[in-house]
Amino acid sequence: MLEVKNIFKSYAGQPLLKNISFKIKKAETVCLLGASGSGKSTLLQLIAGLEKPDAGMIRFNGADLAQTPPHLRDFGLVFQDYGLFPHLNIYENIAFGLKMKNKPAAEIQARVSALLTQVNLTGFEQRKVTELSGGEQQRVALARALAPNPRLMMFDEPLGALDKNHKESLLNELRALLRREKIPALYVTHDQEEAFALADCILLLHDGQIIRAGTPEEIWNDPRSAVAAKFFGVGNVVTGAIKLTGKKTQVETEFGTFNLYCKYKHKPNESVSVLIRQCDDGSEALKLKVEDLLFKQDQFQAQSRGAFFFVKEKPKLGQLIRLRVKVECLHENSEEKY
Amino acid sequence: MNLDKRIAQEGQAYGGPARWPISRFILWALPSAFLLAFFFYPLVKIFALTFEAQALTAQENLQIVWRVTRFTFYQAALSTLLTLALGLPAAFLFARFNFWGKSFLRALTAIPFMLPTVVVAAAFNSILQLPVFSALRQPAPLTLILLAHVFYNATIVIRILGAALAQLDPKLEQVSRSLGANGAQVWHEILLPLLKPALLSAVLLIFILDFTSFGVILLLGGGKVSTLEVEIYLRVLKLPNLPLAALLAILQLVFTLIFSILYAQALRRSSHPTAPRFSIARPPQTLREKIFVGVFSILLLSFFSLPLISLPFRSVLRLEADRGDRAQVQIGLTTEYYQELFINRRNALFYVPPIQAAINSIVIASLTVLFSLALGIPTAWALAKPTNLEKILDPLIMLPLGSSAVMLGLGLILTYGRALASPIFIPIAHTLIALPFVIRALQPAIASIPERLRQSASVLGASPWRVWRLIDFPILRRAALTAATFAFTISLGEFGATLLLSRPELPTIPVAIARFLSQAGGLNYGQAMAMSTILMALTLAGILLLEKDHHA
Repeated sequence: MLEVKNIFKSYAGQPLLKNISFKIKKAETVCLLGASGSGKSTLLQLIAGLEKPDAGMIRFNGADLAQTPPHLRDFGLVFQDYGLFPHLNIYENIAFGLKMKNKPAAEIQARVSALLTQVNLTGFEQRKVTELSGGEQQRVALARALAPNPRLMMFDEPLGALDKNHKESLLNELRALLRREKIPALYVTHDQEEAFALADCILLLHDGQIIRAGTPEEIWNDPRSAVAAKFFGVGNVVTGAIKLTGKKTQVETEFGTFNLYCKYKHKPNESVSVLIRQCDDGSEALKLKVEDLLFKQDQFQAQSRGAFFFVKEKPKLGQLIRLRVKVECLHENSEEKY
Repeated sequence: MNLDKRIAQEGQAYGGPARWPISRFILWALPSAFLLAFFFYPLVKIFALTFEAQALTAQENLQIVWRVTRFTFYQAALSTLLTLALGLPAAFLFARFNFWGKSFLRALTAIPFMLPTVVVAAAFNSILQLPVFSALRQPAPLTLILLAHVFYNATIVIRILGAALAQLDPKLEQVSRSLGANGAQVWHEILLPLLKPALLSAVLLIFILDFTSFGVILLLGGGKVSTLEVEIYLRVLKLPNLPLAALLAILQLVFTLIFSILYAQALRRSSHPTAPRFSIARPPQTLREKIFVGVFSILLLSFFSLPLISLPFRSVLRLEADRGDRAQVQIGLTTEYYQELFINRRNALFYVPPIQAAINSIVIASLTVLFSLALGIPTAWALAKPTNLEKILDPLIMLPLGSSAVMLGLGLILTYGRALASPIFIPIAHTLIALPFVIRALQPAIASIPERLRQSASVLGASPWRVWRLIDFPILRRAALTAATFAFTISLGEFGATLLLSRPELPTIPVAIARFLSQAGGLNYGQAMAMSTILMALTLAGILLLEKDHHA
């Protein structure tokens, strides 16, 4: 369906997107994950046709979109700040796209009320935009984008402006809706929880490039880079030096020396990033002195030299604790292909 | 597929993200042509005439220039001082105290600023005619002028200083007191230094307005005093000496530009739009506070309501016998002055029933609305998203604001010739005056429309033209209405330029009022009052419309 190929875009001489390529298949939800300023919103604008790429191609069902203005692309777009028309009521907002397609009034009416039911806003037709809460406004924006049956749905941090409770309920609705409607969707966010909840496939955008792509499980199990591991909050990322003793590869870090099982070859004293993942059946043992302690409901978060670990029993400050961990190599400098 | 055909058709024109349906060049074409033809070229003409005719070297001319300039500064300085004398305590009263009728009193003090000058002049004139005051010795023309200026501009002090007072953290005063400062020291060390920028900008703005005041001085001065602005008018129409008029106009322009630059600088230092506002108003507590609030609010109430009441009152009050056909003298209430407005009493060829002036005014005001919106909308549109081009053009567009109305009229006369002047030049001059206000009313509204809305509409299938028609236009409608009301009321009350440009058979309301006031006889005077009352009512209706719009 959607195919993005070798997209480049720069702003004020600064490269923002560098050689971006990916595909979205039928009924697939792709999450574009990245920190703010990583260029993810710009990528959406390019696909929507609101901006032009410096180079590269965007195709839908095989047709190049370079000459298609945004109003003829037939894509739905939901913004973080809703973008509802303040001078129109809820009904008119949702009906806007259908009117643009010159649909008959009866059809518009039926579609709008069906959508209002779908987003749990039955009876809101005549309300003003300003009377609605943030969550309600975002539901209207969602219904408005869905109304003309777009070929692709795009979301630009749609839950970013909502508080925690609204966020969770809307996230669940969104999930159900995307599964049900089977519209291909591109979802931009900086929140890995949202990405895990929605995505069939996650693209991690960093510094204008996609540095990791895969299903949520794949990425969680093998983040491959320090940036990805940190972004997804998989564990503690530390740097260390390689020690080769006989057939064993070991890494020496400030938390101790660990055995490293890695499919790549390392040189002695090579500096590497490793992921220390806390897990009860881990092969490595770790000793550390508790420097700070945070209460986290059913467990305690112990902090030491910038790393965090979780313990069930409350330790004392300064106490030495032992934990089982897995240590994985984040072969950042190795060649990777997506 | 239908879509493919549309893409083939509309895609041709698609050069990129469609944000500006029209190019900047087209946006600027009409406004810049208009300003070039009716402002900048006439300005060049005025300059040319000044140097060409050696107006500079004639001894007599220089004496007049010196006398007039001196008086202009003198009356402006005196007016500003008196305005501060009333305005400062008033600002303090409104900022610090809550009392019964406060919001009414505050609104009352704001009304004069929006009234046409002829109405204010007529109103002050009418006070002297009231039985209570007619026993007093007639005051000097300067006294009346100064009072009218205070009446006009006191609201500026109240507004600017009130805003500055509201931004003063009351904790500053508490802290300085706890550090041992007494009341006078708090004022001297803390409050005055903090209020100085606001005070300065208020003083400069009032000074500029008093400096260029025309109608008040012409109508209340009784021909005895003359400022730069009045002298320009006299040297065009009454004692023709166009080179001298041009010289005075250039002088006036230079002075106002200097003051305007100073004002802009003071304004930049004084305004902190994001600063928090504190409400420190409370009911008066000590006896001294109660006396101050009581006495001063009554003083304000009488000063600001007296002219506004006396004008309509005088317009239905018959005080003297008329010469001519009426032998019977009636003293009492009468609607005669209003009835007379519909009658062409003199039957002269170029004389029309006075009410015709009202029709002229409304036609001219409507044309002004049309012109200033047609020019203002594209200009405001371009200025809302400025590029380097707009940064250069913005001050140029606002320049007519710094030049006086009489000067605009003079420039048009010099350029297009008085004989050629068709009635269309009046709405053109009014448009020059109204345009900066129209642009400033529209520009923030256009800039405030989030790009998101246009993007949303575009993605939902609206073509650039439809985006404008369905999103931008409906949202701007309210701002456009505000701008239109501004243009309409400005045109309705405009006096200086109109006086120079209007032909005898096509007077506007202000011109007709001035004409009636300058002629002897109770009937003429009564008609001036009646017409002023009508103009005041029309203007107040406009103000109310604007206010309602603001609160809606």
